[in-house]
Amino acid sequence: MEKKIRVLVAKPGLDGHDRGAKVVARALRDAGMEVIYTGLHQTAEMVVETAIQEDVDVVGLSLLSGAHMTLFVDVARLMKKKGLDDVLLVGGGIIPEEDISKLHKEGIAGVFGPGTPCEDIVKFIKENVKK
Amino acid sequence: MIDKKELENIKKTKSEWEKNCYTPHVKKHAERRKKFENLSWNEIKNLYTPEDIAHIDYIKDIGFPGLYPFLRGIHPNLHRGRLWTFRQFSGFGSAEETNQRYKYLLEHGETGLSVAFDYPTLYGYDTDHPMSRGEFGKCGVAISSLQDMEILFKDIQIDKVTTSMTINGPAAIVWGFYIANAENRGINRRIIGGTIQNDILKEYIAQKSFIFPPEPSMRLIVDTFEFGYKEIPRWNTISISGYHIREAGSTAVQELAFTVGDGIEYVKWAMKRGLKIDDFAPRLSFFFNAHNDFFEEIAKYRAARRIWAKELHKLGAKKSRSLLMRFHTQTAGVSLTAQQPDINITRVTLQALAAVLGGTQSLHTNSMDEALALPSEKAVRIALRTQQIIAEESGVTSTVDPLGGSYYIEWLTDKMEEETYQYWDRVEKLGGVIPAIEKGFYQREIANAAYKYQKEVEEKKRIVVGVNDYQMDEPLDIPILKMDEKGEERQINRLKKFRKDRNKQKYERAIKALRYAAEGNENLMPYILDCVHSYATLGETCQVLRDVFEEYEEPAIY
Repeated sequence: MEKKIRVLVAKPGLDGHDRGAKVVARALRDAGMEVIYTGLHQTAEMVVETAIQEDVDVVGLSLLSGAHMTLFVDVARLMKKKGLDDVLLVGGGIIPEEDISKLHKEGIAGVFGPGTPCEDIVKFIKENVKK
Repeated sequence: MIDKKELENIKKTKSEWEKNCYTPHVKKHAERRKKFENLSWNEIKNLYTPEDIAHIDYIKDIGFPGLYPFLRGIHPNLHRGRLWTFRQFSGFGSAEETNQRYKYLLEHGETGLSVAFDYPTLYGYDTDHPMSRGEFGKCGVAISSLQDMEILFKDIQIDKVTTSMTINGPAAIVWGFYIANAENRGINRRIIGGTIQNDILKEYIAQKSFIFPPEPSMRLIVDTFEFGYKEIPRWNTISISGYHIREAGSTAVQELAFTVGDGIEYVKWAMKRGLKIDDFAPRLSFFFNAHNDFFEEIAKYRAARRIWAKELHKLGAKKSRSLLMRFHTQTAGVSLTAQQPDINITRVTLQALAAVLGGTQSLHTNSMDEALALPSEKAVRIALRTQQIIAEESGVTSTVDPLGGSYYIEWLTDKMEEETYQYWDRVEKLGGVIPAIEKGFYQREIANAAYKYQKEVEEKKRIVVGVNDYQMDEPLDIPILKMDEKGEERQINRLKKFRKDRNKQKYERAIKALRYAAEGNENLMPYILDCVHSYATLGETCQVLRDVFEEYEEPAIY
């Protein structure tokens, strides 16, 4: 049997808008992945620590507040520092077009804005998972 | 109630119409869908007739505006007298930038202010707290001290204009900043008007910017009720909010049931403290969403008014003013699309119209670019103009509750009321509102509805124009709001100086007194105001309460 993809869905920072994170978490689960949801108010350290503990293949960050250029980048850099090079990092939220390429450069491989169908996210993860 | 003979006649004619007219027509021209459903998944029939509202007693169930049960409106002449308040929720970056935006909005005909705070402020952290990282001014304006509040309202006539503040966990403290600022400007606290959201129950249920556990949070809220009616009589000490419940994914029925249910919970807590219902109930206000299903939204506001009047009456309220549900409305942020953003103007127009037809007292219209970023000046001006067009040009304000008596609207109003009571029975079985929160009942109901809706969009059972149909490949051509990059640094320096320059002893005395009072059971508002006047910052004051009350952690369920 093929190993299930393990995904950590995380809410970094103070932003409490969790609708997107929860919907995506369910969609990934329904697509056959194992999903761990961190809950709210995670620091970058907490997210990366959980990713290591849970030995996940993917980390998915969700943020509505607009703090992605700080908080997504914090997680990406810390993941690199901790050697999680084989973990796919993706993120979604209210993210203006001009920030997307900057986030790609920081190592957030997939960036999903409002209106993205969940199946696109599932597909992206399946095609890009590294482990 | 309709005459029996006439009703029989209508039934007979209707069944003939179905047999000879409707069914043959539909056989030839199939309908677009097998089943028509609204956003609460209620099936909507092809036609509503007097038969559907035959049980209604006009005088008792519908009545007249300004009279119990207030279904048709809280004022006898509604918008013929005073228009609703044009109140755009607004805030970003530093206090200076937001102050400029307020002046811009007032210049363009806004009639009330509404403050959006950034996340650190919402959680009671100062800008220089480590948890504030990355969030300065992002989702609203950063207010860490009385000084920031002074800048925010500089040269704005806060003795004339009312201000609504979306603040919950640290509401008492931020309200303290507002009161202290008014007093320092020589304005009597008894004449300032406005609203603090102060609705913690919906934070646990949906919006998630809570700080303390339920018990001490409810204590603080009742403290503000009591202080409010005694000291700041023109202030709405709570805005019981369905908006965020809806944005988190609930249906309209859930929004209605959970919100009005929360309202009753606050009343019960205040009464348990010994407050008299007719003292504090007139200062309770509400806040609803205006979503896409036009008639369902209108029915929701009408049902809410009637349920509230009935329930407050049952709880012993005698004053007419206690029974009135006054509410603010905001169009549905979640309905805005990042794709073809200009068409959001149309969505907002329809939603705003529903709010007006539903009898709102105050309205925020979203800007077209808000699925991308905070609104630009132009976008927010168009949103404001949308309200002005409805108010001045559409003619819908000429008569009160123009849809009252519509077979469909009255049927739907009753249906939503009935389903509200069904939800309340379920909550009651779980032990009440707070136990239901702790068991994750509301959170699960909302997450289920959100996921079901998303699946229907992806399966194209529901069409979202520009997203899953009528798409276009077009470069986004929307100017995005740029914030002052120096804002955060300026704010942190100001905060440091503010702390350094204050009278240290006075500050320490006030903080100590607050801690002592929080450990006991006195009303905390006077102590909080002392802290504010002693130049304690938001974070410092809130930290005292964090120490005494501890912090709430929610179960992470999805």
